[in-house]
Amino acid sequence: MNQGTEAALLIALGFPFVGALLAPLVMLRFPRGGPWLLALAPTFAFITFAAQIGTVSSGNALVGGLPWIPSLDVGLSWYIDGLALAFALLVSGIGILIVLYAGGYLKGHPHHSRFMSFLLLFMGAMQGLVVADGFLTLFVFWELTSITSFLLIGFDHQREASRRAALQALVVTGMGGLALLAGLVTIGMATTTDTLSGLLANPDVLRSSALYVPALILILLAAFTKSAQFPFHFWLPNAMEAPTPVSAYLHSATMVKAGVYLLMRLNPVMGDTVLWETILPLFGGATLLVGSVLALRQSDLKLMLAYTTIGSLGLLVMLTGFGTETAVLGAVLYLIAHALFKGTLFMVVGILDHETGTRRIEDLRGLRSAMPLTFVAALGAGLSMAGIPLFTGFLAKETIYEALLAGGDAWSLLVLIVIILGNAAMAAVGLAVGLTPFTGSLRPTPQAPHEGPVLLWLGPVTLATFGLALALLSSAFYGAFADPMASAVAGLAVENHASPFPHVSLAFGLSLLTLAIGVAFYLGLQGMRRSIGGVLTAFGWGPDRGFDQVMRGLVTLSVRVTGVVQSGRLDVYITVAFVVVAAALWMPMLLTGELPVLPSIPQLLLHEWAVLLVAVVGLYAVVRTRNRLTAIVSLGIQGFAVALLFLLMGAPDLSFTQFMVETLSVVILALVMTRIRLEPTDHRPWNEKLLDGSIAILCGLGFGLLLLKVTQGTFDAALSAFFSANARIIAHGRNVVNVIIVDFRGFDTLGEIAVVTITGLAILAIIRIGTPQAKQEDRT
Amino acid sequence: MEAVLSILVGLFFTAGIYLMLSKAIVRILLGVVVFGNAVNLLIFTAGRIMREVPPVMSLDMTQLTGDTANPLPQALILTAIVISFSFFSFLLVLTFRTYQEVGTDDTVKLRVAEPEGKILPPMGY
Repeated sequence: MNQGTEAALLIALGFPFVGALLAPLVMLRFPRGGPWLLALAPTFAFITFAAQIGTVSSGNALVGGLPWIPSLDVGLSWYIDGLALAFALLVSGIGILIVLYAGGYLKGHPHHSRFMSFLLLFMGAMQGLVVADGFLTLFVFWELTSITSFLLIGFDHQREASRRAALQALVVTGMGGLALLAGLVTIGMATTTDTLSGLLANPDVLRSSALYVPALILILLAAFTKSAQFPFHFWLPNAMEAPTPVSAYLHSATMVKAGVYLLMRLNPVMGDTVLWETILPLFGGATLLVGSVLALRQSDLKLMLAYTTIGSLGLLVMLTGFGTETAVLGAVLYLIAHALFKGTLFMVVGILDHETGTRRIEDLRGLRSAMPLTFVAALGAGLSMAGIPLFTGFLAKETIYEALLAGGDAWSLLVLIVIILGNAAMAAVGLAVGLTPFTGSLRPTPQAPHEGPVLLWLGPVTLATFGLALALLSSAFYGAFADPMASAVAGLAVENHASPFPHVSLAFGLSLLTLAIGVAFYLGLQGMRRSIGGVLTAFGWGPDRGFDQVMRGLVTLSVRVTGVVQSGRLDVYITVAFVVVAAALWMPMLLTGELPVLPSIPQLLLHEWAVLLVAVVGLYAVVRTRNRLTAIVSLGIQGFAVALLFLLMGAPDLSFTQFMVETLSVVILALVMTRIRLEPTDHRPWNEKLLDGSIAILCGLGFGLLLLKVTQGTFDAALSAFFSANARIIAHGRNVVNVIIVDFRGFDTLGEIAVVTITGLAILAIIRIGTPQAKQEDRT
Repeated sequence: MEAVLSILVGLFFTAGIYLMLSKAIVRILLGVVVFGNAVNLLIFTAGRIMREVPPVMSLDMTQLTGDTANPLPQALILTAIVISFSFFSFLLVLTFRTYQEVGTDDTVKLRVAEPEGKILPPMGY
């Protein structure tokens, strides 16, 4: 790859983040043209990625990046093959339209610029995710999409429902993120590689590894949470609390497909095993059925689309796991078609909501003449979703049916039936969203309906056009886009054959059957809505309520744990601290068996024994006296004994300081104590005495033995020798201790002075503020 | 000499920790002072003991030679003594003010910051 391309890709990846940073400024300065300016970021990315189509479609992959910590082989790195490029084009291409759409949708909103900022931030994260090569890059961008999704869902943060939905999405996808991290680490352990390109270069290593099953489970957990697979599907409909541009972009066209992307990416290295080809169709199928059934039940257009998105994601997972090349082709076509028609339909619903004030399907009829452009876009996308010939949705459905018919066994048949039912339900929803609001006679809506501004209709119209054009130009579309992508997923070169025009075949027959069932569903929609709703109400519990229960349980648990760990009692805290200290002192000595040698009785001078005796007596008195004042005086005894020890051991400076400090301490303590009218004695029960005494003796003995061991070892006097040698020569002082304090370690001493000053000020503040005297002064 | 001081340091630690484990803040304060002395003596002894010769040069010396006490631990301890004194004063005043406000120095009864009983946070989102 030449340097120009590498630089362009780097800019393309970084531009959205810069845009996110500048968005508030841009929107403030250019309230009207702001969205157009901000759309430059995705436009640049789209053009850059589109320029790579030639290279990638001829079977090459672009590898590049930016080192960060080269010694650890950590950095930003990308690997752009057919799969990554197709995703990158979808993300940036739809990104352009969404940025413009959001510019119109939230016009006049007080936090419009913040929203644009979040949106671009997400775009950057999603681009990084789909082109990532290194595991670390992949993980970081994966988490970033979860976080930006949280910000966008919770954008309307003053409503509790928004906050709950945002948190729910974050908890579910965040859990998946942790699983992804663990999964990537496991894969790294199994294959000793930390890049996707390295993994794909040796496809059989992971499959034959003993760590395959744990890695598979973790990766599936990550993918299933991100792509809202049953039983983690519940967060996606709740995420519809976000403004509609977010739903169109994150929760249908791009982010929720990240899980599918991960599965497709790893299909060459993890697929083709019994586990893979059982678990994926199983969970995907369950998701498809659950999503489809729940979609038919909704009357809110946005929620209908949300549930069909779940169903579509299930279908994609199912096909990825089915295992044949044709199934992969079908999955890829469906993914692209879905991004186009679902993005369109979400934006259409957004326009309806924006211009009429409602998105309930019962309230919307006959809007075709009031909103002609929206109607055209909705119709195009709806027909594509229903799988009508000439649209991309039809290509996808044909290929899928072909793949399943080729199987010929009972398993394929079961999968086929599930997919036909799911597709029929989705066709019904496609027609319901694409046709119902626009046909019939006009019904009164909260606002008088009229066509939205250009910013609003541009996106859906463009996407719907693509949904038609890509199918009509299918051979170019396959060669540039779909075939390289499918080849990357399948791990070998594959080609699409489906034609957008109807023809006589079994697959086409199934398409017609699907459509027939779909139309039947569509006509019976109202009755089905009631009956499904009745069943669900009777059932009562669902994973969504389960989430609330889990969260409540978590809070209760943490309150209990905190209650135990932080009892609020100082004596407990101190006891725990010193038990740990004792363990830290004893464990190394006992485990390594390095106890000190017992010393013989040393030769001490008489006055030295006397000072030691005074110290011991002082200590004994402090501990034993019941009377507080006696204890304070005894404190002075041990302090003076220490001062005398310093004096005897050649440390006159220490000695004088110690004398002064001990005197002051005793005086201040006695002064304060006489002002406190506490009982003169305090009592400690015998059981506490025993426990406290044991801990104290264990700690004391530990410190003593440690010190004995240290002094029995060799002594490194290098530092002291340096100070002794240089005190006079460098620092011109004869008292080495003083020279160290004021010169060699002068900044330490400055810090010490600062500490003493601040303590003094704090003491003054504590005494002055809020004392009874001060309060009295304030009153007078 | 170091052996005897090691034993003494052990005794200082024992006394200091025993006092700090008390429930009366005044006792804890006494314990902190004793504990401080224990730490100072520990550093002092670990730097090895040399009797009665302070690390000070006579007028005609350019370098400190011969057997003198180790200057480095002394410099460290000097700082430590001053700092621990300032903190002791601070804690003492804090104790005094606490007594003025609450009327006790029993740590079991001081529950203003961490009240007794489980208080559940709000359960919403």
